[in-house]
Amino acid sequence: MTQQFYVSPEQLMKDRADFARKGIARGRSVIVVSCEDGIALVAENPSPSLHKIGEIYDKIAFAAVGKYNEFESLRQAGVRYADVRGYSYDRDDVTARGLASVYAQSLGAVFTAEQKPFEVELAVAEVGPSQDRDHLYRLTFDGSIADEHGFIVMGGQADKVSGAVEAGWQRDLSFAAAIRLAVKGLVTDNESPELPAKALEVAVLDRGSESGRGTRRAFRRLSDVDVMELLAEEN
Amino acid sequence: MQETTANKVAANATSSFTEHLQRDRPELLPYNRPFEFGPSAGQPPQVPHATTIVAMTYAGGVVMAGDRRATMGNIIASRHIEKVFPADQYSVLGIAGTAGIAIDLTRLFQVELEHYEKIEGTLLSLDGKANRLGAMIRGNLPMALQGLAVVPLFAGFDTAAGVGRLFSYDVTGGRYEEQEHHAVGSGAMFARGALKKLWRPNLVEDEAVSVAVESLYDAADDDSATGGPDPVRQLWPVVYTVNRAGARRVAERELAAVAGTIIESRAAARREA
Repeated sequence: MTQQFYVSPEQLMKDRADFARKGIARGRSVIVVSCEDGIALVAENPSPSLHKIGEIYDKIAFAAVGKYNEFESLRQAGVRYADVRGYSYDRDDVTARGLASVYAQSLGAVFTAEQKPFEVELAVAEVGPSQDRDHLYRLTFDGSIADEHGFIVMGGQADKVSGAVEAGWQRDLSFAAAIRLAVKGLVTDNESPELPAKALEVAVLDRGSESGRGTRRAFRRLSDVDVMELLAEEN
Repeated sequence: MQETTANKVAANATSSFTEHLQRDRPELLPYNRPFEFGPSAGQPPQVPHATTIVAMTYAGGVVMAGDRRATMGNIIASRHIEKVFPADQYSVLGIAGTAGIAIDLTRLFQVELEHYEKIEGTLLSLDGKANRLGAMIRGNLPMALQGLAVVPLFAGFDTAAGVGRLFSYDVTGGRYEEQEHHAVGSGAMFARGALKKLWRPNLVEDEAVSVAVESLYDAADDDSATGGPDPVRQLWPVVYTVNRAGARRVAERELAAVAGTIIESRAAARREA
């Protein structure tokens, strides 16, 4: 008769967490910055079509690091959740808090019940009418959720990148300045001192989308040309 | 074993919001509800009906306009109802028929297009959008047979071909591409007559807006279920234009001027019929 070895729950959880952390640490960083014009989301991503940043709803965006198939399925689930909610209640009733708590529950359930935990870390961002009403939530592989202020840095070298961003972050940054700051942060975990626009994925949640562009949908992806112009402004 | 898992994943991968609702929350669909009439079986209940919608192409795009009246039998149910909606950035739809179901269908269609765009990261083609709308109208067929029909008119800018296109539907979801101009609803017959005389190829946008408002004026003249421009309450038709730059709602101020000109010219002509 084969006998199973006893593994303490502490050890089991620790092993799973270590496994997930290792997976996430391999990925490139993603930075979410709240600023005066809205929220800027910047990722180092050489692929123009496999996105790490996505639109969830009118005012809500999603950013992730880790395994693509895992966070992509979470992103799609988030879009479905938000669209069903907005369709059955009202568009105003879809909030980042609700979405983040659903994500936390699913990540938590996968962490304890499945063969292996998700090797992802997520950010859910909601742009408000004023900067005080912006919401940034960080979700980790085990389902823990944190309400962050100002900015979120996720990914492999998060500590190093976070330091660089923290040093330059102010409340009243413009989109251009916030994106430049994020790129400066991303460069710190890189060997090369420059990141070309082609290697970046940049999107914004525009605080003034109704007045500026006449649409409720605040999410806007910036093209390589836009990004190049923004990065060049500095000089 | 592995193949069945792969099949399951593939079968579950849908970019369609309607399919998702059908699978997970069928009770949220505007149709799909088991529907029984009370004591007066066979008699459709008295509910508000939306009336006339006109649409036409012009040089560089399409215009769609709808009057502001909903009727319930001989009663005016609403003077303010809006029946033309933007479906997404490059298309609009107008609805005639049972107002309650039509407005829900419109909402569903708007979410459907946005949902696809968010999941896939790209816009549906104009033909794809037109087909999806047809499928939804077909879904409503059981209700239509009970007297609660919805008949939309769909117009959009085909970004690939660079032209504006029109689509009409029947209650079974049949989709027909229309050339030049089209109208649906109770006053459509009169509006079509007006359009035939007023429309010409390569109208500019302002002229097309004016033609749309005038054809609705003619429909309202002869169809009691269609509302004309109302200078007393300052109510004008809802008009959208769609071109390469996207869908735009024509401002009230512009419409007031257009309607004013038409009323003035009709008054000056002093014609009886």
